[in-house]
Amino acid sequence: MRDSQVTGGPGGTANTPGTPSARGVFAGSSGGALPAGARDPRDELPEHLGALRAFAISLTRNVAAADDLVQDTIVKAWTNLDKFQPGSNLRAWLFTILRNTFYSDKRKTRREVADPEGIYAAALCEKPSHDGRLALADFRRAFDQLSPEHREVLILVGASGFAYEEASVMMGVAVGTVKSRANRARARLAEMLGLEEGEELLSGVDGPTLAVLGKSGVRAA
Amino acid sequence: MYVEMAESKGKSRLHQQIDENLKRVYEEALNEEIPDRFKELIARLRSKEVGQ
Repeated sequence: MRDSQVTGGPGGTANTPGTPSARGVFAGSSGGALPAGARDPRDELPEHLGALRAFAISLTRNVAAADDLVQDTIVKAWTNLDKFQPGSNLRAWLFTILRNTFYSDKRKTRREVADPEGIYAAALCEKPSHDGRLALADFRRAFDQLSPEHREVLILVGASGFAYEEASVMMGVAVGTVKSRANRARARLAEMLGLEEGEELLSGVDGPTLAVLGKSGVRAA
Repeated sequence: MYVEMAESKGKSRLHQQIDENLKRVYEEALNEEIPDRFKELIARLRSKEVGQ
């Protein structure tokens, strides 16, 4: 599921093959024939299911709601495949459909799709932390309390490695808005976790991590 | 190199740690097994298309 060339690696490669411009992600003028080397999106779609679902879970924080959202996204994508530009970033296209569906559902129902019973959170907590180096549960709780818009931007640029430019197209806002929203979301998280610059987020940072952090030149500023 | 370090200083340790945790939260969701309903849905969509 961790396919490579489609989204680019962590950090986000801005030059996704076949995405020449921001508009290129959407503007579909598919003449029918696939460009050389481009795969049929119908074949490629299943490879993005895991990422789609993870994004949906991040937005809804509720597995049942996330699965409904993924289902709607697949159907919408399938019936609008003629609008997909062959060879462009399919994952970005699918993510866009998913988040647009999420927000329009939310507007329609005006219903908060949170996880009031904490089913999802509880299920996740049962998983043993294999490295035990952080208060991941605390972090997750704080993340859950962010607004969907903040969760969205952090997942796109912080976790799934989309470039700011890509996220900007997907979210339909300016690049500067993506950046400032991401910064506000990070600040909000830090605030909820009671952290300030210079403080440790990890309860017990391991050696290699410390080494890396040390090397990155962020000594007490 | 110095410039790069100055930049990564701007992207503070806190920022990096938040992103690390975000990746973990996302990975957890990513590692969950995908329900069969989606594979079945895609198979249905495919067969419908062929039938047309």
